[in-house]
Amino acid sequence: MATLSAPKIISSRAQFADSHTLERYLETGGYVALRKALTMLPEDVAAEVDAASLLGRGGAGFPAGRKWSMLRKSPVSYLVVNGDESEPATFKDHFLVERDPHQLVEGVVIAAYALQVTQAFIYLRGEFALGLERVQQAVNDAYEYGSLGSHILETNFSLDIVVHPGAGAYICGEETSLIEALEGKRGFPRIKPPFFPAVTGLYGEPTVVNNVETMSNLPWIVNHGGAAFAALGGGRSAGTRLFALAGRVNNPGVYEVEMVKNTFRDLIFDPAFGGGVVDGGEVKAIIPGGVSAPWFGPDLLDLPLGQDEVAEKGSMLGSGSIVVMDQTTCVVRAAWRITKFFSRESCGQCTPCREGSGWIERVMYRLEHGGGRLEDIDLLLDLCDNIAPGLTWPPQQTTICVLGPSIPSSVHSAIQMFRDDFVAHVEHGGCPHD
Amino acid sequence: MSHFRTDIRQRADELVSIYPVRRSAMLPLLHLAQEQDGYLSDEGIAEVAALTGTTPADVRGTAAFYDMFHLEPVGKYVVGVCTNIACLLAGGEEMLEHASATLGCAVGATSSDGLFTLEESECLADCNIAPCVQVNARYVRTTTPEAFDALVDDLRNGRLDHDVPAHGTLIRVKRVGGLHAPRAEVAAQRAEAHAQREARAQGAK
Repeated sequence: MATLSAPKIISSRAQFADSHTLERYLETGGYVALRKALTMLPEDVAAEVDAASLLGRGGAGFPAGRKWSMLRKSPVSYLVVNGDESEPATFKDHFLVERDPHQLVEGVVIAAYALQVTQAFIYLRGEFALGLERVQQAVNDAYEYGSLGSHILETNFSLDIVVHPGAGAYICGEETSLIEALEGKRGFPRIKPPFFPAVTGLYGEPTVVNNVETMSNLPWIVNHGGAAFAALGGGRSAGTRLFALAGRVNNPGVYEVEMVKNTFRDLIFDPAFGGGVVDGGEVKAIIPGGVSAPWFGPDLLDLPLGQDEVAEKGSMLGSGSIVVMDQTTCVVRAAWRITKFFSRESCGQCTPCREGSGWIERVMYRLEHGGGRLEDIDLLLDLCDNIAPGLTWPPQQTTICVLGPSIPSSVHSAIQMFRDDFVAHVEHGGCPHD
Repeated sequence: MSHFRTDIRQRADELVSIYPVRRSAMLPLLHLAQEQDGYLSDEGIAEVAALTGTTPADVRGTAAFYDMFHLEPVGKYVVGVCTNIACLLAGGEEMLEHASATLGCAVGATSSDGLFTLEESECLADCNIAPCVQVNARYVRTTTPEAFDALVDDLRNGRLDHDVPAHGTLIRVKRVGGLHAPRAEVAAQRAEAHAQREARAQGAK
C-alpha cells in the first residue's frame, strides 16, 4: 500500500483553480519563507538547504547544496533556473510553472539571496506559452508587491529576474547548452571540464543552474527547516518528489510522493495514483526516469522510489517520469521512436551521437516496418557499444554531453529483455502488432 | 527605418535592455519577429541582427537550430501532434495521420488555404492528456479524432481567436517593472573579476 502521510511540499495549491495568482499565493502562506530567509545570514540559508539534502530534480540528482557551495566567489555571478523540461514523458515542471509560478519565484529569490546573486534568469521551453505568461505575470506581480526588484521587502537585497523563452531544442535542457541558448547562440553543449558552470558559466562568469522543481522546494525548506525535509524519504533521497506517470495506466498525471517510502507498484497501481494498467492489463516494462534511462521489467515493481535504490539496479530516477508499457505495447516500436527522438535532437557536435543515433534509428525502422535481418539485432548492440563502450550504467562517455550515452538505453534494454520480440519482427517481415 | 511595427520595436528595445549582454535577447527577439511576420523574413532577421549586434548570417544560423523558428512562411496555425513515447502508447501516430487527412496536408507541409501547418512534435510535456496536440504552442487537449475535427472547425471559423492567438510565444508575455541590467556596471565588474583571475593565475606561477 502507498504511504500517503507526507505533507504536500510543492503541490499544496493544486486544489485551487487560481493557484497561479498572487492573491491565492499570499492567502496560502506565500512569501512568508522569503521574509524569514531575509532575516537570516545568506550562508545560514544555504546551510538549511544543505541540511535538507535536497537532490537536484532535473535529472542528474546532484545535491543542490553542494552545487551552491561550488559557486566561485566573484563580483558577478548568476543564477539560472532550468525550465526547459523536454525529457520525453516528463511533465512535472509544466505543472509547477503553470499552477504555482509564485512558489517558483519565491524559491528563486531565496536561492539568489543565499548565493548573493543579483541577476537571475528563468529559462522556460518555448512551447510553454501559458507557462511563460504565468511566470512573467508572477514576476511582474512580485515586483509590484516588493518581493522582487530593488530593496526586496525593505531589506538591502535586490534581485532582477528575467524570464527567458527557449525555442524548441531538447538539448537546451543540458545546463551548458542552456547557457549557450541564454547567450543567444545555438544550443551546443560546452566541452568539459569545467564540469560545472559554477566555475565558468553564463558570459564566462560563475553560474548556478538549478531545476524548476528544485527551486520550488525552497520556500518549504526555509519555513520548516532543512532537518524536517531531510526527515522525509530515506537514505540519500530526502523529501518528496513530483513523479510524472504516463503511458498505459488508468490515471496518468503528476503525483507528489514521499521518496523511498513508496514503490513503483504503489505509484502505478494505487487508486490514489495511477490506478492500475489500462483494461486491467499487466506491466510489460517500465521506463523509470525519462527515456534516457534503462528499462525495468515487472520483477522490479517493488523497488522503492529512491535515487540510490534505482541506481543499484542499473537505471535512474532521472527526471522523475515513469512510462508504463503493457502487453499491447510493441517494444520495438517504442525503442525505435525513442531513438528517432534522439536522432532528431542530437546537436551534431560529436560523431558517435550524430552518426550513431541516425544509424540505430534506420536499423530499428527497418525491423519495425519490414526489411529487418536477424543479424541486425547484434548490429544494434554493436552500434550501442560504440556510443557507450561496455554498455554499463552509468554509461561510459564518448561525447561532450550525456545525450549520446543516453541513446543506447532503450534499444539495449529492449533487446536484453525482449529479444524474442525482435526475432518475431524479423520472421514476420515487420511488426506483428500491426 | 525599422521593419518592426512600432509596438513590436518598443518591446524589442525593452528586451535588449534587460540582458547584461545584448546578444542574449536573440531567442526572444526571434519570437517577436515571428509574431509580426508569421515567420522569420529576411527583413526580420536583419533587424534582429542589428538589435543584437550580430550579422544576418549569424542570426539565421542560430535560428535554424531551434524547432520553433520558421525560416519559410507557415500557416496562421502551426499544429503540432506529438508521437513521442507517451503519445505513441496513446495513439499519437494515428492522430498525426488523422490530422494530415483533416487538414489536407502532409506532415511538415502547409494547407492550400495557408491556414494550417502540420508538424510531428517531440514531447510537449503534457503526457497525461495524450496524444498531445498543440496549436501555436497552446495545449488544445484534443485526444480523439472527433475533438480534433471540432477544433479545426472552430479555428477555421475564428471561434478560438482568443484561446489560440497567432503564433509568437511571447504574444502575451509582457514584462512590467523590473530592473534594467546596468550594462556598464556589469562590464566594469566583469573586467575586475577577470583582472582578479589573471592576478591569481600570475600568483600561482
